[in-house]
Amino acid sequence: MKDTIDSYVTADGRTIGGVMMEMKNITLRFGGVVAIKDISFDIREGEIRAIIGPNGAGKSSMLNVISGFYHPQEGEVWFRGERRPTMKPHNVARQGIARTFQNIALFNGMSVLDNVMTGRLTQMKTGIIAQSLWYGRAQKEEFQNREIVEKIIDFLEIQHIRKTPVGRLPYGLKKRVELARALAAEPKLLLLDEPMAGMNVEEKEDMSRFILDANDEFGTTIALIEHDMGVVMDLSDRVVVMDYGKKIGDGTPEEVRNNQAVIDAYLGVAHD
Amino acid sequence: MIYRESGDYSTTYAQDSQTFPIRFDRYRFYAVVFVAYCIIPFIINDYWASAIFVPFLIYAIAAIGLNILTGFCGQVSLGTGGFMAVGGYSVYKLMTSFPDVNIAIHVLLAGLITAGVGILFGLPSLRIKGFYLAVATLAAQFFLVWLFNRVPWFYNYSASGMINSPERTIFGYIVTGPSTEAWAKYLICLVFLTLCAVLARNMTRGTLGRKWMAIRDMDIAAEIIGVDPLKAKLSAFAISSFFIGIAGALFFAVYLGAAEAGDSFGITKSFLVLFMIIIGGLGSIFGSFAGAAFMVLMPVLLKNVLVGQLGWATDLAAHLEFVIVGALIIIFLIMEPHGLAQLWRLAKEKLRLWPFPH
Amino acid sequence: MPDQFLFAIEVMINGLMAGVLYALVALGFVLIFKSSGIFNYAQGVFALFAALTLVGLQEGQIPFSHLINAIFGTHIHHFGWHIHSVIAIAMTVAVMVLLAILVERYILRHLVNQPDIILFMATIGLAYFMEGFGDLMWGSEIKTLDIGLPQGGSFWIEENTAWLGGENFYGFFIDRLDIVAAIVAAILVLALTLFSQYTKQGRALRAVADDHQAALSVGISLRYIWVLVWAIAGIVALVAGIMWGSKSGVQFSLSLIALKALPVLMLGGFTSIPGAIVGGLIIGVGEKLFEFTIGAPFLGGATENWFAYVLALLFLVFRPQGLFGDKIIERV
Repeated sequence: MKDTIDSYVTADGRTIGGVMMEMKNITLRFGGVVAIKDISFDIREGEIRAIIGPNGAGKSSMLNVISGFYHPQEGEVWFRGERRPTMKPHNVARQGIARTFQNIALFNGMSVLDNVMTGRLTQMKTGIIAQSLWYGRAQKEEFQNREIVEKIIDFLEIQHIRKTPVGRLPYGLKKRVELARALAAEPKLLLLDEPMAGMNVEEKEDMSRFILDANDEFGTTIALIEHDMGVVMDLSDRVVVMDYGKKIGDGTPEEVRNNQAVIDAYLGVAHD
Repeated sequence: MIYRESGDYSTTYAQDSQTFPIRFDRYRFYAVVFVAYCIIPFIINDYWASAIFVPFLIYAIAAIGLNILTGFCGQVSLGTGGFMAVGGYSVYKLMTSFPDVNIAIHVLLAGLITAGVGILFGLPSLRIKGFYLAVATLAAQFFLVWLFNRVPWFYNYSASGMINSPERTIFGYIVTGPSTEAWAKYLICLVFLTLCAVLARNMTRGTLGRKWMAIRDMDIAAEIIGVDPLKAKLSAFAISSFFIGIAGALFFAVYLGAAEAGDSFGITKSFLVLFMIIIGGLGSIFGSFAGAAFMVLMPVLLKNVLVGQLGWATDLAAHLEFVIVGALIIIFLIMEPHGLAQLWRLAKEKLRLWPFPH
Repeated sequence: MPDQFLFAIEVMINGLMAGVLYALVALGFVLIFKSSGIFNYAQGVFALFAALTLVGLQEGQIPFSHLINAIFGTHIHHFGWHIHSVIAIAMTVAVMVLLAILVERYILRHLVNQPDIILFMATIGLAYFMEGFGDLMWGSEIKTLDIGLPQGGSFWIEENTAWLGGENFYGFFIDRLDIVAAIVAAILVLALTLFSQYTKQGRALRAVADDHQAALSVGISLRYIWVLVWAIAGIVALVAGIMWGSKSGVQFSLSLIALKALPVLMLGGFTSIPGAIVGGLIIGVGEKLFEFTIGAPFLGGATENWFAYVLALLFLVFRPQGLFGDKIIERV
């Protein structure tokens, strides 16, 4: 295996560990359409890994494979040294993989606080009967988790909208609440599907800061899809480039920037 | 002036997540409980009990049940009547098979049996969604009513096909059967309603409620953040049916005294309870109360005014009631999908600022 | 041939005929669902309302006479004339079109972009409203509807099939009205197909069914299409109402056939016209045969009440998109 080197330290002083997640020869088809074709790559402990590519390249499908929503026809998913069997999405979440969505998928009928609290669901264990009595363990658990959630809310600076129904929030704040919900799960791996789509420069700067801080403070490994190249090049440690369901590049931002296949894919060359 | 929250600060999470965080609300709630338990039982008579209070209390339990499934978990059910029938017939079989056991235990057991049946008919919800599921719950409605009509074991082979509630007591007071006094009917229903409301409130404010609401608002996202849809939906079906079963048991044993599946638990019951939660407010425990009160009171009022005062024929009044109910459903869905409960909240927000709205 | 077998065939044929009528109601559902994504629970009540209106117009009843009498103490009931059934039908069509316009104006327009389930519940409200309104307008007593369709068993079929069986078999009993219904249904489906394939409105309708946004962007008026579709569904409801009303009288139970059309839709898929027809026939035949072979002998009868629902339910668990529906690929 090529990735047997253990941890190393980046220029800005963060420690990148060994391989956390490895995708091996993933192929995903919908009927006759091949969305992902024989793609392999890995994500290392503590790194920020970007997946880029033109529209329709299969990036979101790849994220859906990682979060267990789509099941590839071929290939293996390895997570923390073990091969992951075909798994329902909610069990994947229990393994410590959280995500945000390209088109915001918040629970519109609930308040911001409740939305973020749903991020803690995988950690809460009291049964129905204990909960229905709202006494002792159930109450204690609720408040312990509330404390963690409040910290995340502080971290993302959304205290003031805590009790607001999510449906009433503007787009940028919704994106932030969604990140809060994902972070509340204290995930080992955080998947971000276009976290900055449709944002203005200021909002993008805020979001970048939150992503970097989350990676730094909580040590969360992050895989993100993003179209804004400036952001990708600034944030990520390594980049996978996809085009038409195939991998055409993989490496540090510097390497990818100089990769001829990537330049062709983005600028377009005559296909023969 | 009359409604103030300033000076009410929560300093613990417990205070922040209590049912009535505002002191004024809390006191009003205590006042309502006091009147319900300590005043009404002494002044209630047969007319008020049978026309208004007892049906209101029982329907409120059913509405809480359906609201958990539809309002909180987003699964529309048209099988409420059928599940109430399960509660009614279960309690009948239990009462006649084990006459020595306390009726309160029978009612709870009837709720548990209904919960089991609810899980069974909830299983398709894992594969089918939305109105497909609503139609599928009609299968429960029609099959269950047919079952209780056609299988003589359920009505103890009685010649009429009816079931009759035998006389049972709690603490020596008769609570079921024809010679039950108004206050006893009222109190037993009130106790069960209180119990159900407290349980429902606790379940909906914690983890379980958030799982249900997550499934309701966006089921795919809920699954990806770690909600097991199987457990969430089936628990909603089970708990909803538990309450509806209790409502059905009380409806038969305490309120009707004699019942026949098709007449007492037909599809109209399913719609009645659905309308209660739409008008009262989807996803609100208080809304279940408001909706039940509204749907119980409105026909009584209409009948009193149109038939009693103006001398209309009863069927004419009934038709007008259909028109009004139908129009109200549409109006509420258009103007205020959160129902009376939301109107109440808005009124409170206005009152909070009154008389200085700026 | 053994009698039992022949009876079973007769039951099956009658089931097919009932299935045609289910399919007629289901057709109205499919039309509305395809073009507006609304599951119109009120379709059955539309059939009832259409039939009530037809009878009322034919008989020269004064609308709201009971209500007027109750308020003003008068004793009016009829205008005292009879209208020819063809004119009455034309007038009823006009009423159904007006109804479509009102529904669009006062309900649909205000519920655009609401979740499907809210719209569904709104149509339940509409069903209640129309039911009460129809009864207020025309009275709730059972009425006979006679527009001159042939009725009663066909002697010709009965005589000419008698030779098939033994001494207990007198030939197949088939109601002539059922045959008429089958023919009318076939014509209706053909007409609808031609309409949607070869007219401008039909193309617009299919465009809307395919993609609302895209249809809007090429200048199709969604409101117009909705009125059109609801009007067509109202006319389909009128046809269904005439058939059912001629068969068993115009009464409340007519609105319950709508409920029977629901499992038909679940079988056939909500968006498929062939599905509605095949589903209707399967349910019609299935419930009659089940009652004949298992229900009546072993289960105490009246299994028609639930058979269709349970069948559809079991079917859906294994094939959620119905017989002809498309497979659903979920996205996030």
